Amino acid sequence: MAKKEIICAGFGGQGVLTAGMLLINAGMEQDKNVLFYPSYGSEMRGGTAKCTVKISDGLIASPISKQPDILFTMNTPAIDKFEERLKPGGLLLVNSSIVPEDRTYREDIKVVKVPATDIAAEVANPKGANLVMLGALAAHSDLFSVEYMETAIVSFFEKKGKGKFNEKNVACYRRGVEGK
Amino acid sequence: MAKVLLKGNEALAEAALAAGCRFYSGYPITPQTEILEYLSWRMEEVGGEFIQAESELAGINMVLGAAAAGARALTTSSGPGFSLKQEGISYLVAADLPAVIVDVMRIGTGLGDIAQGQGDYWQLTRGGGHGDYHTLVLAPASVQENADMMAEAFDLAEKYRHPVLIASDAAIGQMIEAVEIPEFKEHDINKFDWTIKGCKKGTEQRKIQNVYYTHPDYEGYLTEKYRQMEQEQRYETVQVEDAELVLVAYGISSRVCRETVEIAREEGLKLGLIRPITLWPFPVKAFEEAKAARAFLTVEMNILGQMMDDVKLAVGSGYPVDHYGSIFEIPESDGIIAKAKEMLKKEGK
Repeated sequence: MAKKEIICAGFGGQGVLTAGMLLINAGMEQDKNVLFYPSYGSEMRGGTAKCTVKISDGLIASPISKQPDILFTMNTPAIDKFEERLKPGGLLLVNSSIVPEDRTYREDIKVVKVPATDIAAEVANPKGANLVMLGALAAHSDLFSVEYMETAIVSFFEKKGKGKFNEKNVACYRRGVEGK
Repeated sequence: MAKVLLKGNEALAEAALAAGCRFYSGYPITPQTEILEYLSWRMEEVGGEFIQAESELAGINMVLGAAAAGARALTTSSGPGFSLKQEGISYLVAADLPAVIVDVMRIGTGLGDIAQGQGDYWQLTRGGGHGDYHTLVLAPASVQENADMMAEAFDLAEKYRHPVLIASDAAIGQMIEAVEIPEFKEHDINKFDWTIKGCKKGTEQRKIQNVYYTHPDYEGYLTEKYRQMEQEQRYETVQVEDAELVLVAYGISSRVCRETVEIAREEGLKLGLIRPITLWPFPVKAFEEAKAARAFLTVEMNILGQMMDDVKLAVGSGYPVDHYGSIFEIPESDGIIAKAKEMLKKEGK
Protein backbone atom coordinates (compact mmCIF):
# COMPACT_ATOMS: atom_id res chain seq x y z
CA MET A 1 0.00 0.00 0.00
CA ALA A 2 1.72 3.18 -1.16
CA LYS A 3 -1.24 5.52 -1.09
CA LYS A 4 -4.95 5.00 -0.51
CA GLU A 5 -7.84 7.41 -0.65
CA ILE A 6 -11.12 6.58 1.02
CA ILE A 7 -14.40 8.44 1.18
CA CYS A 8 -16.67 7.50 4.10
CA ALA A 9 -20.27 8.68 3.89
CA GLY A 10 -23.65 7.97 5.44
CA PHE A 11 -26.26 9.47 7.75
CA GLY A 12 -25.05 11.53 10.69
CA GLY A 13 -24.95 9.16 13.68
CA GLN A 14 -23.93 6.04 11.73
CA GLY A 15 -20.33 6.45 12.85
CA VAL A 16 -18.95 7.49 9.49
CA LEU A 17 -16.59 10.10 10.94
CA THR A 18 -15.48 7.69 13.67
CA ALA A 19 -14.70 5.12 10.96
CA GLY A 20 -12.51 7.75 9.27
CA MET A 21 -10.75 8.50 12.55
CA LEU A 22 -10.18 4.78 13.18
CA LEU A 23 -8.56 4.48 9.75
CA ILE A 24 -6.17 7.42 10.16
CA ASN A 25 -5.32 6.35 13.70
CA ALA A 26 -4.40 2.91 12.37
CA GLY A 27 -2.29 4.59 9.68
CA MET A 28 -0.57 6.92 12.12
CA GLU A 29 0.40 4.04 14.40
CA GLN A 30 2.17 2.49 11.40
CA ASP A 31 4.06 5.79 10.91
CA LYS A 32 2.25 6.57 7.69
CA ASN A 33 1.20 10.04 6.60
CA VAL A 34 -2.49 10.44 7.23
CA LEU A 35 -5.10 13.07 6.51
CA PHE A 36 -8.79 13.34 7.45
CA TYR A 37 -10.97 16.03 5.94
CA PRO A 38 -14.56 16.34 7.15
CA SER A 39 -17.32 18.02 5.24
CA TYR A 40 -18.27 20.88 7.49
CA GLY A 41 -20.84 23.60 7.51
CA SER A 42 -24.57 23.81 7.83
CA GLU A 43 -25.27 20.10 8.25
CA MET A 44 -28.36 18.93 10.08
CA ARG A 45 -29.09 16.02 12.40
CA GLY A 46 -29.99 13.01 10.28
CA GLY A 47 -28.34 14.67 7.30
CA THR A 48 -25.27 13.50 5.44
CA ALA A 49 -21.97 12.91 7.18
CA LYS A 50 -18.88 12.56 5.06
CA CYS A 51 -15.14 12.52 5.43
CA THR A 52 -12.20 12.00 3.12
CA VAL A 53 -9.33 9.89 4.40
CA LYS A 54 -5.88 9.61 2.86
CA ILE A 55 -3.20 7.22 4.06
CA SER A 56 0.17 7.25 2.34
CA ASP A 57 3.83 6.32 2.63
CA GLY A 58 4.66 9.59 0.87
CA LEU A 59 3.53 13.19 1.33
CA ILE A 60 -0.17 13.90 0.97
CA ALA A 61 -1.07 16.84 -1.26
CA SER A 62 -4.71 17.89 -1.37
CA PRO A 63 -7.31 17.00 1.26
CA ILE A 64 -9.77 16.42 -1.59
CA SER A 65 -10.19 13.01 -3.23
CA LYS A 66 -11.27 13.25 -6.83
CA GLN A 67 -10.94 9.52 -7.44
CA PRO A 68 -11.00 7.44 -4.26
CA ASP A 69 -9.74 3.83 -4.09
CA ILE A 70 -12.38 2.84 -1.57
CA LEU A 71 -15.92 4.02 -0.89
CA PHE A 72 -17.23 3.26 2.57
CA THR A 73 -20.96 3.95 2.31
CA MET A 74 -23.57 3.48 5.01
CA ASN A 75 -26.70 4.53 3.09
CA THR A 76 -28.19 4.98 -0.39
CA PRO A 77 -27.58 8.74 -0.84
CA ALA A 78 -23.87 8.15 -0.21
CA ILE A 79 -23.73 5.66 -3.10
CA ASP A 80 -25.76 7.99 -5.33
CA LYS A 81 -23.31 10.76 -4.66
CA PHE A 82 -19.93 9.04 -4.79
CA GLU A 83 -20.12 5.82 -6.83
CA GLU A 84 -19.33 7.70 -10.02
CA ARG A 85 -16.06 8.99 -8.57
CA LEU A 86 -14.68 5.61 -7.51
CA LYS A 87 -11.50 4.55 -9.27
CA PRO A 88 -12.03 1.77 -11.86
CA GLY A 89 -11.35 -1.47 -9.99
CA GLY A 90 -12.04 0.30 -6.71
CA LEU A 91 -13.90 -1.13 -3.75
CA LEU A 92 -17.46 -0.08 -2.88
CA LEU A 93 -18.69 -1.16 0.54
CA VAL A 94 -22.48 -1.22 0.79
CA ASN A 95 -24.61 -1.44 3.91
CA SER A 96 -27.14 -3.95 2.53
CA SER A 97 -29.38 -3.64 5.60
CA ILE A 98 -30.75 -0.38 4.25
CA VAL A 99 -29.70 -0.23 0.59
CA PRO A 100 -32.27 -1.96 -1.70
CA GLU A 101 -31.21 -5.43 -2.88
CA ASP A 102 -32.14 -4.70 -6.52
CA ARG A 103 -29.87 -1.69 -6.86
CA THR A 104 -27.42 -1.97 -9.78
CA TYR A 105 -23.81 -0.87 -9.67
CA ARG A 106 -20.97 0.02 -12.06
CA GLU A 107 -19.50 -3.03 -13.78
CA ASP A 108 -15.86 -1.96 -13.35
CA ILE A 109 -15.77 -1.88 -9.55
CA LYS A 110 -15.83 -4.44 -6.78
CA VAL A 111 -19.01 -4.24 -4.69
CA VAL A 112 -19.10 -5.83 -1.24
CA LYS A 113 -22.49 -5.93 0.47
CA VAL A 114 -22.67 -6.32 4.24
CA PRO A 115 -25.85 -6.14 6.33
CA ALA A 116 -24.03 -3.90 8.80
CA THR A 117 -27.02 -2.39 10.59
CA ASP A 118 -28.62 -5.84 11.12
CA ILE A 119 -25.38 -7.43 12.32
CA ALA A 120 -24.80 -4.59 14.79
CA ALA A 121 -28.33 -5.09 16.14
CA GLU A 122 -27.78 -8.86 16.47
CA VAL A 123 -24.59 -8.26 18.44
CA ALA A 124 -26.56 -5.81 20.63
CA ASN A 125 -24.18 -3.03 19.66
CA PRO A 126 -26.34 -0.83 17.40
CA LYS A 127 -23.69 1.90 17.25
CA GLY A 128 -21.19 -0.64 15.92
CA ALA A 129 -22.46 -0.81 12.31
CA ASN A 130 -19.46 1.24 11.24
CA LEU A 131 -17.16 -1.38 12.78
CA VAL A 132 -18.91 -4.12 10.83
CA MET A 133 -18.17 -2.13 7.69
CA LEU A 134 -14.54 -1.67 8.77
CA GLY A 135 -14.27 -5.45 9.13
CA ALA A 136 -15.44 -5.82 5.53
CA LEU A 137 -13.03 -3.10 4.44
CA ALA A 138 -10.08 -4.85 6.07
CA ALA A 139 -11.07 -8.22 4.59
CA HIS A 140 -11.51 -6.94 1.04
CA SER A 141 -8.67 -4.42 0.68
CA ASP A 142 -4.92 -4.40 1.24
CA LEU A 143 -5.13 -1.25 3.36
CA PHE A 144 -4.42 -3.02 6.64
CA SER A 145 -4.33 -6.67 7.60
CA VAL A 146 -7.47 -7.96 9.29
CA GLU A 147 -5.52 -8.58 12.53
CA TYR A 148 -3.83 -5.18 12.57
CA MET A 149 -7.07 -3.26 11.98
CA GLU A 150 -8.65 -5.06 14.94
CA THR A 151 -5.73 -4.17 17.22
CA ALA A 152 -5.88 -0.56 16.06
CA ILE A 153 -9.63 -0.34 16.75
CA VAL A 154 -9.16 -1.74 20.25
CA SER A 155 -6.35 0.66 21.08
CA PHE A 156 -8.29 3.64 19.65
CA PHE A 157 -11.22 3.08 22.01
CA GLU A 158 -8.92 2.30 24.93
CA LYS A 159 -7.13 5.61 24.45
CA LYS A 160 -10.50 7.32 24.49
CA GLY A 161 -11.40 5.65 27.79
CA LYS A 162 -14.03 3.51 26.07
CA GLY A 163 -12.22 0.20 26.37
CA LYS A 164 -15.18 -1.43 28.14
CA PHE A 165 -17.09 -1.49 24.82
CA ASN A 166 -14.29 -3.28 23.03
CA GLU A 167 -15.68 -6.79 23.44
CA LYS A 168 -18.84 -5.86 21.55
CA ASN A 169 -16.91 -3.68 19.15
CA VAL A 170 -14.63 -6.56 18.26
CA ALA A 171 -17.68 -8.80 17.83
CA CYS A 172 -19.07 -6.33 15.27
CA TYR A 173 -15.74 -6.04 13.52
CA ARG A 174 -15.25 -9.81 13.23
CA ARG A 175 -18.74 -10.31 11.83
CA GLY A 176 -17.84 -7.68 9.23
CA VAL A 177 -14.70 -9.60 8.33
CA GLU A 178 -16.87 -12.69 7.78
CA GLY A 179 -19.32 -10.54 5.84
CA LYS A 180 -22.42 -12.03 7.42
CA MET B 1 6.58 13.58 22.33
CA ALA B 2 4.34 11.13 20.52
CA LYS B 3 2.21 12.16 17.60
CA VAL B 4 -1.47 12.85 18.12
CA LEU B 5 -4.36 13.37 15.72
CA LEU B 6 -5.59 16.95 15.81
CA LYS B 7 -7.49 19.33 13.62
CA GLY B 8 -5.37 22.17 12.25
CA ASN B 9 -7.26 24.65 14.39
CA GLU B 10 -6.81 22.58 17.55
CA ALA B 11 -3.10 22.03 16.88
CA LEU B 12 -2.66 25.76 16.48
CA ALA B 13 -4.47 26.41 19.76
CA GLU B 14 -2.48 23.83 21.72
CA ALA B 15 0.79 25.04 20.20
CA ALA B 16 -0.03 28.62 21.21
CA LEU B 17 -0.23 27.41 24.80
CA ALA B 18 3.01 25.48 24.36
CA ALA B 19 4.61 28.73 23.17
CA GLY B 20 3.62 30.40 26.44
CA CYS B 21 0.45 32.15 25.27
CA ARG B 22 -1.75 32.72 28.31
CA PHE B 23 -4.18 35.28 26.95
CA TYR B 24 -6.78 34.80 24.26
CA SER B 25 -9.76 36.91 23.37
CA GLY B 26 -11.75 36.49 20.20
CA TYR B 27 -15.09 35.90 18.62
CA PRO B 28 -16.42 32.78 16.89
CA ILE B 29 -16.63 32.51 13.12
CA THR B 30 -16.40 29.45 10.88
CA PRO B 31 -13.92 28.02 9.89
CA GLN B 32 -11.80 28.99 12.91
CA THR B 33 -14.23 28.47 15.79
CA GLU B 34 -12.49 25.30 16.97
CA ILE B 35 -9.63 27.51 18.16
CA LEU B 36 -11.98 29.25 20.61
CA GLU B 37 -13.78 26.05 21.47
CA TYR B 38 -10.50 24.33 22.31
CA LEU B 39 -9.02 27.22 24.27
CA SER B 40 -12.28 27.78 26.18
CA TRP B 41 -11.51 24.69 28.29
CA ARG B 42 -7.81 24.18 27.73
CA MET B 43 -6.66 27.72 28.61
CA GLU B 44 -8.05 27.32 32.12
CA GLU B 45 -6.09 24.10 32.60
CA VAL B 46 -2.81 25.93 31.99
CA GLY B 47 -3.80 28.89 34.16
CA GLY B 48 -4.37 31.45 31.43
CA GLU B 49 -7.19 33.79 30.50
CA PHE B 50 -9.71 32.95 27.80
CA ILE B 51 -12.30 35.54 26.92
CA GLN B 52 -15.04 35.14 24.36
CA ALA B 53 -15.38 38.80 23.52
CA GLU B 54 -18.58 40.56 22.49
CA SER B 55 -17.05 41.35 19.10
CA GLU B 56 -13.87 41.02 17.07
CA LEU B 57 -13.03 44.63 17.95
CA ALA B 58 -13.18 43.90 21.65
CA GLY B 59 -11.11 40.77 21.04
CA ILE B 60 -8.22 42.50 19.31
CA ASN B 61 -8.23 45.45 21.71
CA MET B 62 -8.01 43.21 24.76
CA VAL B 63 -5.06 41.56 23.05
CA LEU B 64 -3.51 45.01 22.77
CA GLY B 65 -3.93 45.50 26.51
CA ALA B 66 -2.48 42.09 27.36
CA ALA B 67 0.47 42.67 25.02
CA ALA B 68 1.19 46.00 26.69
CA ALA B 69 1.49 44.09 29.96
CA GLY B 70 3.99 41.66 28.41
CA ALA B 71 1.75 38.63 27.88
CA ARG B 72 1.90 36.41 24.85
CA ALA B 73 -1.53 37.30 23.50
CA LEU B 74 -3.47 35.71 20.67
CA THR B 75 -6.60 36.37 18.72
CA THR B 76 -7.98 34.57 15.69
CA SER B 77 -10.66 35.10 13.10
CA SER B 78 -11.63 34.59 9.48
CA GLY B 79 -12.85 36.68 6.54
CA PRO B 80 -15.28 39.37 7.71
CA GLY B 81 -14.15 38.97 11.31
CA PHE B 82 -10.53 39.45 10.31
CA SER B 83 -11.49 42.72 8.58
CA LEU B 84 -12.95 43.96 11.86
CA LYS B 85 -9.59 43.36 13.53
CA GLN B 86 -7.67 45.63 11.17
CA GLU B 87 -8.10 48.76 13.23
CA GLY B 88 -6.67 46.99 16.26
CA ILE B 89 -3.76 45.58 14.26
CA SER B 90 -2.93 49.07 13.04
CA TYR B 91 -2.99 50.26 16.67
CA LEU B 92 -0.74 47.38 17.78
CA VAL B 93 1.78 48.38 15.10
CA ALA B 94 1.62 52.03 16.15
CA ALA B 95 2.18 51.12 19.77
CA ASP B 96 5.12 48.77 18.99
CA LEU B 97 3.35 45.83 20.57
CA PRO B 98 3.88 42.12 19.87
CA ALA B 99 0.85 39.90 19.32
CA VAL B 100 -0.17 37.03 17.09
CA ILE B 101 -3.30 37.26 14.96
CA VAL B 102 -4.47 34.28 12.93
CA ASP B 103 -6.62 34.52 9.81
CA VAL B 104 -8.09 31.14 8.91
CA MET B 105 -8.99 32.28 5.41
CA ARG B 106 -12.37 31.51 3.94
CA ILE B 107 -13.78 32.17 0.53
CA GLY B 108 -15.09 35.40 -0.77
CA THR B 109 -15.66 39.09 -0.45
CA GLY B 110 -18.23 40.51 1.95
CA LEU B 111 -19.73 37.70 3.98
CA GLY B 112 -18.39 35.16 1.49
CA ASP B 113 -18.86 31.61 2.67
CA ILE B 114 -17.22 29.10 4.96
CA ALA B 115 -15.26 27.10 2.35
CA GLN B 116 -11.50 27.41 2.04
CA GLY B 117 -10.04 30.40 0.22
CA GLN B 118 -6.86 32.43 -0.20
CA GLY B 119 -8.41 35.77 -0.98
CA ASP B 120 -6.95 37.77 1.91
CA TYR B 121 -3.41 37.94 0.50
CA TRP B 122 -3.49 41.64 -0.21
CA GLN B 123 -5.08 42.43 3.14
CA LEU B 124 -2.50 40.32 4.95
CA THR B 125 0.58 41.56 3.14
CA ARG B 126 -0.18 45.22 2.41
CA GLY B 127 -1.06 46.33 5.91
CA GLY B 128 -4.79 45.63 6.09
CA GLY B 129 -5.67 48.61 8.25
CA HIS B 130 -5.10 52.33 7.90
CA GLY B 131 -1.68 53.88 7.97
CA ASP B 132 1.83 53.09 6.94
CA TYR B 133 2.85 49.59 7.92
CA HIS B 134 3.50 45.97 7.11
CA THR B 135 3.21 43.01 9.42
CA LEU B 136 5.18 39.79 9.23
CA VAL B 137 2.98 37.04 7.79
CA LEU B 138 3.63 33.30 8.13
CA ALA B 139 1.76 30.81 5.97
CA PRO B 140 1.53 27.22 7.27
CA ALA B 141 0.78 24.36 4.84
CA SER B 142 0.01 21.52 7.22
CA VAL B 143 -1.34 20.77 10.67
CA GLN B 144 2.25 20.28 11.89
CA GLU B 145 3.24 23.70 10.58
CA ASN B 146 0.16 25.23 12.19
CA ALA B 147 1.69 24.00 15.44
CA ASP B 148 5.34 24.79 14.67
CA MET B 149 4.68 28.35 13.54
CA MET B 150 3.04 29.52 16.76
CA ALA B 151 6.26 29.73 18.77
CA GLU B 152 8.05 31.25 15.80
CA ALA B 153 5.30 33.86 15.41
CA PHE B 154 5.52 34.88 19.07
CA ASP B 155 9.33 34.97 18.94
CA LEU B 156 9.29 37.20 15.86
CA ALA B 157 6.58 39.41 17.36
CA GLU B 158 8.70 40.03 20.45
CA LYS B 159 11.95 40.39 18.52
CA TYR B 160 10.48 43.32 16.58
CA ARG B 161 7.75 44.43 19.02
CA HIS B 162 5.34 44.06 16.15
CA PRO B 163 2.22 42.02 15.43
CA VAL B 164 2.71 38.83 13.42
CA LEU B 165 -0.06 37.37 11.30
CA ILE B 166 -0.60 33.72 10.50
CA ALA B 167 -2.29 33.05 7.15
CA SER B 168 -3.97 29.70 7.61
CA ASP B 169 -6.99 28.62 5.61
CA ALA B 170 -10.14 26.58 6.08
CA ALA B 171 -8.60 23.43 4.62
CA ILE B 172 -5.63 23.46 7.00
CA GLY B 173 -7.87 24.52 9.88
CA GLN B 174 -10.40 21.75 9.36
CA MET B 175 -8.20 18.83 8.32
CA ILE B 176 -6.87 16.32 10.81
CA GLU B 177 -3.28 15.09 10.55
CA ALA B 178 -0.80 13.47 12.88
CA VAL B 179 1.05 16.19 14.73
CA GLU B 180 3.74 16.54 17.36
CA ILE B 181 3.03 19.48 19.63
CA PRO B 182 6.22 21.38 20.49
CA GLU B 183 7.44 21.28 24.09
CA PHE B 184 5.83 23.65 26.56
CA LYS B 185 7.82 26.80 27.33
CA GLU B 186 7.25 29.26 30.13
CA HIS B 187 6.87 32.89 29.18
CA ASP B 188 7.83 35.50 31.80
CA ILE B 189 5.60 38.53 31.31
CA ASN B 190 8.05 40.62 33.33
CA LYS B 191 11.07 39.97 31.16
CA PHE B 192 10.81 43.10 29.01
CA ASP B 193 11.90 46.62 29.94
CA TRP B 194 9.04 48.25 28.07
CA THR B 195 5.91 46.66 29.53
CA ILE B 196 3.51 48.61 31.70
CA LYS B 197 2.40 47.09 34.99
CA GLY B 198 1.83 49.87 37.44
CA CYS B 199 4.40 52.48 38.40
CA LYS B 200 5.70 52.79 41.94
CA LYS B 201 6.48 56.28 43.19
CA GLY B 202 10.01 57.24 42.31
CA THR B 203 10.43 54.70 39.54
CA GLU B 204 10.68 55.65 35.90
CA GLN B 205 7.34 55.91 34.15
CA ARG B 206 6.82 53.68 31.12
CA LYS B 207 4.36 54.50 28.38
CA ILE B 208 2.74 52.57 25.58
CA GLN B 209 1.86 55.22 23.05
CA ASN B 210 0.24 55.59 19.70
CA VAL B 211 3.04 57.81 18.39
CA TYR B 212 6.46 57.94 20.05
CA TYR B 213 6.89 61.73 19.87
CA THR B 214 9.78 61.63 22.26
CA HIS B 215 11.87 59.20 20.18
CA PRO B 216 15.06 61.04 19.14
CA ASP B 217 14.90 59.62 15.59
CA TYR B 218 11.44 58.12 15.12
CA GLU B 219 11.63 58.06 11.31
CA GLY B 220 15.01 56.39 11.36
CA TYR B 221 13.87 53.91 13.98
CA LEU B 222 10.83 52.83 11.95
CA THR B 223 12.78 52.67 8.68
CA GLU B 224 15.40 50.45 10.28
CA LYS B 225 12.75 48.24 11.92
CA TYR B 226 11.13 47.46 8.57
CA ARG B 227 14.52 47.03 6.87
CA GLN B 228 15.40 44.37 9.43
CA MET B 229 12.04 42.67 9.21
CA GLU B 230 12.46 42.47 5.44
CA GLN B 231 15.39 40.11 6.04
CA GLU B 232 13.13 37.52 7.66
CA GLN B 233 12.32 35.84 4.35
CA ARG B 234 11.40 32.19 4.68
CA TYR B 235 10.64 29.88 1.82
CA GLU B 236 10.97 26.41 0.43
CA THR B 237 11.94 25.50 -3.13
CA VAL B 238 11.23 22.28 -5.00
CA GLN B 239 13.31 21.52 -8.13
CA VAL B 240 13.53 25.18 -9.09
CA GLU B 241 17.11 25.16 -10.43
CA ASP B 242 16.35 23.61 -13.86
CA ALA B 243 12.64 24.39 -14.03
CA GLU B 244 11.33 25.94 -17.23
CA LEU B 245 8.26 27.17 -15.46
CA VAL B 246 8.15 27.90 -11.76
CA LEU B 247 4.94 27.60 -9.78
CA VAL B 248 4.56 29.97 -6.85
CA ALA B 249 2.11 28.92 -4.17
CA TYR B 250 1.65 29.05 -0.41
CA GLY B 251 -0.48 27.24 2.16
CA ILE B 252 -2.77 24.46 1.00
CA SER B 253 -2.15 25.30 -2.67
CA SER B 254 1.59 24.72 -2.22
CA ARG B 255 0.93 21.14 -1.11
CA VAL B 256 -0.93 20.47 -4.32
CA CYS B 257 1.85 22.15 -6.36
CA ARG B 258 4.50 19.91 -4.82
CA GLU B 259 2.58 16.96 -6.26
CA THR B 260 2.08 18.86 -9.53
CA VAL B 261 5.85 19.22 -9.96
CA GLU B 262 6.29 15.49 -9.43
CA ILE B 263 3.56 14.53 -11.92
CA ALA B 264 4.74 17.05 -14.52
CA ARG B 265 8.34 15.81 -14.35
CA GLU B 266 7.21 12.22 -14.84
CA GLU B 267 5.91 13.33 -18.21
CA GLY B 268 9.02 15.38 -19.01
CA LEU B 269 7.67 18.81 -18.18
CA LYS B 270 10.20 20.67 -16.05
CA LEU B 271 8.21 22.46 -13.39
CA GLY B 272 9.51 23.75 -10.09
CA LEU B 273 7.92 25.31 -7.03
CA ILE B 274 8.69 28.33 -4.90
CA ARG B 275 6.67 28.17 -1.72
CA PRO B 276 6.70 31.40 0.26
CA ILE B 277 6.54 30.63 3.98
CA THR B 278 6.64 34.34 4.81
CA LEU B 279 4.13 36.20 2.65
CA TRP B 280 5.55 39.46 3.99
CA PRO B 281 8.42 39.83 3.59
CA PHE B 282 7.92 38.15 0.23
CA PRO B 283 10.84 35.73 -0.32
CA VAL B 284 12.48 37.58 -3.21
CA LYS B 285 15.72 35.64 -2.52
CA ALA B 286 14.09 32.37 -3.59
CA PHE B 287 13.78 33.59 -7.18
CA GLU B 288 17.60 33.69 -7.54
CA GLU B 289 17.44 29.89 -7.80
CA ALA B 290 15.15 30.06 -10.84
CA LYS B 291 18.00 30.19 -13.35
CA ALA B 292 16.30 28.32 -16.20
CA ALA B 293 12.82 29.71 -15.76
CA ARG B 294 10.98 31.15 -18.74
CA ALA B 295 7.72 31.87 -16.96
CA PHE B 296 6.11 32.00 -13.52
CA LEU B 297 2.66 30.81 -12.53
CA THR B 298 1.03 31.55 -9.20
CA VAL B 299 -1.49 29.03 -7.89
CA GLU B 300 -3.93 30.59 -5.44
CA MET B 301 -7.50 30.08 -4.33
CA ASN B 302 -8.71 33.46 -5.56
CA ILE B 303 -9.70 34.86 -8.94
CA LEU B 304 -7.46 37.92 -9.12
CA GLY B 305 -4.13 36.22 -8.62
CA GLN B 306 -3.19 38.54 -5.80
CA MET B 307 0.33 37.16 -5.34
CA MET B 308 1.24 37.93 -8.97
CA ASP B 309 2.08 41.50 -7.90
CA ASP B 310 4.84 40.24 -5.63
CA VAL B 311 6.14 37.73 -8.17
CA LYS B 312 6.35 40.47 -10.81
CA LEU B 313 8.30 42.66 -8.42
CA ALA B 314 10.64 39.78 -7.65
CA VAL B 315 11.37 38.69 -11.24
CA GLY B 316 11.21 42.02 -13.06
CA SER B 317 9.57 42.76 -16.37
CA GLY B 318 11.37 40.16 -18.49
CA TYR B 319 9.15 37.21 -17.62
CA PRO B 320 5.53 36.37 -18.18
CA VAL B 321 3.68 35.91 -14.90
CA ASP B 322 0.23 34.38 -14.86
CA HIS B 323 -2.19 32.91 -12.38
CA TYR B 324 -4.03 29.63 -11.98
CA GLY B 325 -6.92 30.35 -9.69
CA SER B 326 -9.82 28.58 -8.21
CA ILE B 327 -12.59 29.52 -5.85
CA PHE B 328 -14.63 27.00 -3.88
CA GLU B 329 -12.27 24.21 -5.00
CA ILE B 330 -8.73 23.44 -3.95
CA PRO B 331 -6.57 23.61 -7.11
CA GLU B 332 -5.80 20.32 -8.85
CA SER B 333 -2.64 19.16 -10.57
CA ASP B 334 -4.12 18.40 -14.00
CA GLY B 335 -5.51 21.91 -14.32
CA ILE B 336 -2.23 23.47 -13.20
CA ILE B 337 -0.23 21.36 -15.67
CA ALA B 338 -2.56 22.30 -18.55
CA LYS B 339 -2.16 25.98 -17.70
CA ALA B 340 1.64 25.63 -17.45
CA LYS B 341 1.82 23.95 -20.87
CA GLU B 342 -0.32 26.68 -22.39
CA MET B 343 2.00 29.35 -20.96
CA LEU B 344 5.13 27.65 -22.22
CA LYS B 345 3.59 27.15 -25.65
CA LYS B 346 2.79 30.83 -25.85
CA GLU B 347 6.43 31.51 -25.06
CA GLY B 348 7.35 29.42 -28.11
CA LYS B 349 11.01 28.37 -28.20
